Amino acid sequence: MLLAVLVLLTCCKEKEDNGDTATIEEKSEASIVEEVPSNSKTVLLPTYNFEGLSERYFEATNDTLYVMNFWATWCKPCVKELPAFEQLRENYSDKNVKVVLASLDFPDKVESQVLPFIKNKNLQSEVVLLDDPDGNTWIPKVSRDWSGAIPATIFLQNGERKFFEQSFTYESLEKEVQTFINQQS
Amino acid sequence: MKRKHLLLEIVVVLVTIGAIYGFTTKSSTPNLPTFADGYSIGDEATDFELKDVDGDMVSLSDYPDAKGYIVIFTCNTCPFAVASEDRIVALDQEFKKKGYPVIAINPNNPEVQPDDTYELMQAKAKEAGFTFPYLYGGYKTVYAAYGATKTPHVYLLQKENGKNIVKYIGAIDDNVRNGDAVKERFLANAVNELLAGKEVTVKETKAIGCSVKQ
Repeated sequence: MLLAVLVLLTCCKEKEDNGDTATIEEKSEASIVEEVPSNSKTVLLPTYNFEGLSERYFEATNDTLYVMNFWATWCKPCVKELPAFEQLRENYSDKNVKVVLASLDFPDKVESQVLPFIKNKNLQSEVVLLDDPDGNTWIPKVSRDWSGAIPATIFLQNGERKFFEQSFTYESLEKEVQTFINQQS
Repeated sequence: MKRKHLLLEIVVVLVTIGAIYGFTTKSSTPNLPTFADGYSIGDEATDFELKDVDGDMVSLSDYPDAKGYIVIFTCNTCPFAVASEDRIVALDQEFKKKGYPVIAINPNNPEVQPDDTYELMQAKAKEAGFTFPYLYGGYKTVYAAYGATKTPHVYLLQKENGKNIVKYIGAIDDNVRNGDAVKERFLANAVNELLAGKEVTVKETKAIGCSVKQ
């Protein structure tokens, strides 16, 4: 199993290192760290640039299956599918499945829109703010298949990834989760 | 000896390909959605005839003197589109006179996205001071032909022997949220390279946008 993971990781690295994104990634490496400060008042939502998000979830080495959904309060199809993710969280909370809702709302809208939205919808899943304006650098790191349109969802477990640029119903979401769980056992 | 070495190399290559293939199939979507379709760099882009906010029908062929076109799929209310409005106007002002006018197309179906009706597009063009055509009806076929998946989504075309060839696809620049914090103007750089008779260096970029509403 460990060997399989190692092989996967190596492939993953190879995959990222070659191809058309290489030059772009190289060039903007510096801008990942150097975050553009927003009109930062007190931010009450865990906020990461992509590097931070990646360290916390993409590179996590526990057995947790992270289901990360990229969304925003103003994105209608995103808001429409949120109940499916909430239901997944509820039904799979004891099965080592963790839903992470990565908001792409503008940082200056956190207080006026995102926090009230979380409260009104009574969202129980973990919500984080992905504050990283240079999408050209980090979007290909999520998946080279991603055009940048939201909603989008990635399943992450021990270095394994599966990415979808689409909307989910609860059924289609659960089906993917089951696939991951079955692979583990 | 040499032959043995070669054989070993072939085996290594095959194993590597197998591993990469295995990883790719495992990690990518089995049923790829439509965003994989549409134009790639070097493809010939189709012309179209769509209704502008002033009532006129507009086609690329209406610009016989143009050297190319900055085709931007955008819409009325997507925050990323709204954040880009001033920059799109500035691009038109900078490059129209140099032979690359902006042609904006709204790809959203107003029945799905009521913020993008023809009337609201007219209001938007007026309020935002659009100096370029803002075309309605892109949701019927044009967005799919181009492969636009989000707003804003840019296609830079250059006229070559009467054909419109795709030279750049992607984002306006490296900071879709805030024009003041831009470090690299991907689109403007590409147009300037074409104007200088050079090949576009950065041909494709990615940015977060609102999905096209169909």
